[in-house]
Amino acid sequence: MSLSPQTLYQKLVASHTVAVLDEQNVLLFCDLHLMNEYTSPQAFAGLHEAGRGVPVPGQNVAVVSHIIPTHPVRHRVIQDPPSALQATNLKANCGRHGIPLFDTNDPLQGIEHVIAPEHGMVRPGMVILCGDSHTTTYGALGALGFGIGTSEVEHVLATQTLVYRLAKDMRIRVDGTLPPGTTAKDLVLQIIGRIGAQGARGYVVEFCGSAIEALSVEARFTLCNMAVEAGARGALIAPDATAIGYVLDRASDITGAVREAALAHWATLHSDAEALFDAEHRFDASDVAPFVTWGTSPDQAMAIDGAIPQPAAMADAAQRSSAEQALRYTALQAGQALAGVPVQHVFIGSCTNARIEDLREVARVVGTRHVAPGVRAMVVPGSGAVKAQAEAEGIASRLQAAGFEWRQPGCSMCLAMNDDVLAPGQRCASTTNRNFEGRQGRGAITHLMSPAMAAAAAVTGRITDVRTLEPTA
Amino acid sequence: MTTATDPGILHGRAAVLATPNLDTDQIMPKQFLRGIDKAGLAPGLLYDLRFDGAGAPRPDFVLNQPSFAGVDVLIAGSNYGCGSSREHAVWGMQQYGFKAVVASSFGEIFYSNALNNRLLLAMVPEADVQAFMAEAARLPGPLALTIDVRQRTVRSAGHGARFTLSDRHQRMFLQGLDVIGASLSYAAQIDAFAARHWAAQPWVKDVARVTRERLSAAG
Repeated sequence: MSLSPQTLYQKLVASHTVAVLDEQNVLLFCDLHLMNEYTSPQAFAGLHEAGRGVPVPGQNVAVVSHIIPTHPVRHRVIQDPPSALQATNLKANCGRHGIPLFDTNDPLQGIEHVIAPEHGMVRPGMVILCGDSHTTTYGALGALGFGIGTSEVEHVLATQTLVYRLAKDMRIRVDGTLPPGTTAKDLVLQIIGRIGAQGARGYVVEFCGSAIEALSVEARFTLCNMAVEAGARGALIAPDATAIGYVLDRASDITGAVREAALAHWATLHSDAEALFDAEHRFDASDVAPFVTWGTSPDQAMAIDGAIPQPAAMADAAQRSSAEQALRYTALQAGQALAGVPVQHVFIGSCTNARIEDLREVARVVGTRHVAPGVRAMVVPGSGAVKAQAEAEGIASRLQAAGFEWRQPGCSMCLAMNDDVLAPGQRCASTTNRNFEGRQGRGAITHLMSPAMAAAAAVTGRITDVRTLEPTA
Repeated sequence: MTTATDPGILHGRAAVLATPNLDTDQIMPKQFLRGIDKAGLAPGLLYDLRFDGAGAPRPDFVLNQPSFAGVDVLIAGSNYGCGSSREHAVWGMQQYGFKAVVASSFGEIFYSNALNNRLLLAMVPEADVQAFMAEAARLPGPLALTIDVRQRTVRSAGHGARFTLSDRHQRMFLQGLDVIGASLSYAAQIDAFAARHWAAQPWVKDVARVTRERLSAAG
């Protein structure tokens, strides 16, 4: 037991440190390692070349998620030969090492960061690694998750550990109440807009405060998921009754004495009262409005009732030229409002916002309306389980009747690695996490926003303040 | 870049890409990520910046200018390599011929990926980046740089700067450490740790296998 007060992050690192390598690096034990088809092949190849095995296959899991087509067909066939090879290669690698797999036509297939928590694999206090930057999502349940590269995927496969460079501690406190029409997505876009795309670089961010405590677990996933867009090396929320209830509802193997021991351990997973953070920020949730990005970096975001900032007024030269370039790319003007800008596409999906609560919110906003003429609106559920639940709740049929495409699960147009790609110049209202140049297709323009705001854009054909939509019957 | 005599001294020719937050989606776009090996990534490097929509080189882009042919160092804007974890961005830079990047900060996952592949990242204060960029802007071609990995210095004709690099990463760059092999020398400690960890927290042991088996049995 350490005598000095510790942050939650420090506790998680200490409880997973196999060996201290030097002042900055430890050998960190990994409880759960997720893999996908495109960042793992070279790791397996390296492992095989070196004649190494996977000592703990049961702590690893793989899923076909990024390259998979999402057309609404029962049996999915990956048409692109290299992509198809990635999927068969993943299956072969998992088979060879006894690693659990969610394959292309598994009914529970989905986005890695959706399926791992929804089936109870993510538990408070774990260290979770994945060759995908949005692994920060798991902080929502008090697990330290972060993305790694392919060399590190190979390292985790071979050793079940990672050579880990220690991060600094940041605390972001959010008190107050989110106003009607706003969500965790709006909150995180506001936070990133304020602290910047590098604002949390080098830090693991712990979110706390009454506004965080009031969030559902799915909303917390959205928040922690996008912490990486501020450069964070991890995000954490101390597990409370909300988080623990979510886990126990899904982890049916945790029973009896094990359950009691788990509850006792999870009760220790919080920052000590006197723990010191290297940086702190405070936000008031009642200040949050629906947020939408106007540029090509997630920090180029604004309240829907605001105006696009004037690059000329920016003190920092790099920030100014970056804003000018972004406005050239997004074909918008400084000082302009975003409300009223026409969109040709709406994408509802991704590890940020494709869970059941997101889809319920879309259906609620759409109500009895129809997708606006000239707009193509796609819903790509985060997983097979989310899709089945939305179908059982009547959400799918309602959205289809409203003119939305109801598709199969996958990463899809979040990064457009499959065949869901936008054409140059198309403008998309998107519930995803990155508005980078070319992210959804070369020359395509992405506006990040909440599911409710994307739904409002779908039914009006333009970026619209969801708070101004009249409720439908 | 001449490295034959001493791997710790790099004599490079540098191009400037001043854009901050240049993300790995731009460094290596999605359509080049479909392989199962590391080969063939050089054509994809900075694709949308280097080529127009029809696939023709953009003549005004720095790497397409004849005098910049064969540059091997990039002087970049801050937070270079942010975003996606794709290590393809590093492999592609190396296959194109880059040996080092000089910037004031890097995306965190990119940073680890680069050093794991011995792509040298020289992290210097932003004022030094600006000085190098200003000096480069006065030249018709690349800026000649000497990077001393042991001394952790970057020097041009007109400016010198110290860069940050941990002892561990310096050793990895100079000696090409087999990181996995080194970690496997801790195998006994890893096993002992795992046994203790799973005894104390049995609910995390084999969590993927247990979950997969439960779902398959239910399905």
